[in-house]
Amino acid sequence: MTSLPEKTNKKLGLVIDLDICVGCQACATSCKEWNTGGYSAPLSDHDPYGADPSGAWLNRVHSYEVGEGAGSKTVHFPRSCLHCEEPDCVTVCPTGASYKREEDGIVLVNPETCIGCKLCSWACPYGAREYDYDDGVMKKCTLCVDRIYNETIPEVDRIPACVRACPTGARAFGDLGDPNSDVSKSVAKRGGYGLLEEFGYKPVNRYLPPRMGLAPGGDRVETPSPTASTVKPNGSAIERLFAWADQALSGKA
Amino acid sequence: MHPAYSVILFTTASGAGYGLLFWLSVMHLLGVAPDGRWLLFVAIAVALALVTIGLLASTLHLGRPERAVGAFSQWRTSWLSREGVAAVATYVPSGLLALMWLLGFGSGVVSALLALLAAVGAVVTVYCTGMIYASLRTIRQWNLELVPAGYLAMAAATGALLFGFLLALFGHAPSWAATLSLLGLGVGAALKVYYWQTIDADEGQYTSEMATGLGHLGQVKPLDPPHTRPNFVMREMGYEVARKHAHKLRRLVLACLFAVPALLLLALLTVGGSGAMAFYFLAIGFAAVGVFVERWLFFAEAEHVSMLFYGKQRA
Ligand code: SF4
Ligand code: SF4
Repeated sequence: MTSLPEKTNKKLGLVIDLDICVGCQACATSCKEWNTGGYSAPLSDHDPYGADPSGAWLNRVHSYEVGEGAGSKTVHFPRSCLHCEEPDCVTVCPTGASYKREEDGIVLVNPETCIGCKLCSWACPYGAREYDYDDGVMKKCTLCVDRIYNETIPEVDRIPACVRACPTGARAFGDLGDPNSDVSKSVAKRGGYGLLEEFGYKPVNRYLPPRMGLAPGGDRVETPSPTASTVKPNGSAIERLFAWADQALSGKA
Repeated sequence: MHPAYSVILFTTASGAGYGLLFWLSVMHLLGVAPDGRWLLFVAIAVALALVTIGLLASTLHLGRPERAVGAFSQWRTSWLSREGVAAVATYVPSGLLALMWLLGFGSGVVSALLALLAAVGAVVTVYCTGMIYASLRTIRQWNLELVPAGYLAMAAATGALLFGFLLALFGHAPSWAATLSLLGLGVGAALKVYYWQTIDADEGQYTSEMATGLGHLGQVKPLDPPHTRPNFVMREMGYEVARKHAHKLRRLVLACLFAVPALLLLALLTVGGSGAMAFYFLAIGFAAVGVFVERWLFFAEAEHVSMLFYGKQRA
């Protein structure tokens, strides 16, 4: 059904640590690999080895440069469906193929009833839905619904393929509706945020902000990070040097 | 937004069809429409043919047209579904009306009732079409009350022109028909100009810094794209028309859809009757080009919020 559930029992989602992500594309590749063989498979490609390759992917990793000059930073930025709490991608669907599950909050497309009108992709501000030209239906992140409850695979694998694949541990999966879950705790500790909250779809996935390091020359870059209070240089040159060395070595900053 | 020709054809053809159905029904209801059996039947048949061509064209852009009946199920939340329901519902009174007129039952209480239902159905359906776009908050050029109003006005104007032409075809050229078209064109032009001013004045409230949540660290610029060639999202949502080009096309719309047909109608009103068919024919030719370009622009000028992730600064 295209109506949204009043409330969901869980808010399953991802927490993505922008401080750790190195932009290696392992999550995107692993996602494609699993989902081209899993639920709503395959994810078709066109001209994959030619000059104009394209295809349906459920996860995309951008790289941005943020800030100016010496204080600027490269931020690798994975982007997939955020399993919003109140998304219009569900309510605009004329067939009921786009739906949000009451039991865990996952937003899915039913590949058996989708007519491929693409309206849901127009309603998503995050560009998270990709149309499959061969299949004629819409594709999107399923939060690996065919892994997380799958008792035929080893327990360690019962997490989304992207989380399993990430070599740096930049991705975590869990119930963001439960304040005591590991993901909720890390969000609370690190000041995790949702994308484009101003828009009002209440995205569930959270992003942990990049920590700011030191600009060359040892000056702290303006924005204090949530952990900055742990280092309190009193201002002398030697103190600043120690503080700098401490942060650089511990990688905390 | 990528302007899909099937959707342009659908909205313009069915818009004109519903416009014609509306005026025909209203004028019949008011007892102003001439009572000729063939005139009434041909007019309603043309209206239904245009609506049907439009609806069939709209299924062309579906990935799975064979499942289209499922689209009638979610009218509680989806404007696209509501449009489908309204379109089918409108076929019932208008189809019966066509049958009655074909069989030579001119006017009466029954035809008046059916005409009323057909007129209401036409308005509701076109309103739903407009709301499909207006309900999308992701596109600020669409998320406006002006959008359904514009769809209704364009349908009314093009439908009135068709109605005038069909009346002329059967030897009637009442001045009220030309006046009706003129009014339709005037309202349409005013709304369109106001719409363009409105979208030009709104530079967008969302930024790439808000989209990524990285604004506190400085300006966000794309460094490496996530894919080497445009994906579906970029092709569908990232279509952009150069501002200069768009402004040229806007002038073309003003000329073809409004100014030229209006001048032709004014000329018709002054010289009167005999050449009415030719005047309408020309006016419809220009208006058809105009409304097609108008609809193309409606898509091409629409900017999608998701492009903030792909280097757009504001949307
Ligand atoms: S991210 Fe997009 S597709 Fe996913 S729930 Fe939100 S609006 Fe829908
Ligand atoms: S593309 Fe499929 S899932 Fe999306 S709105 Fe259309 S029918 Fe629903």
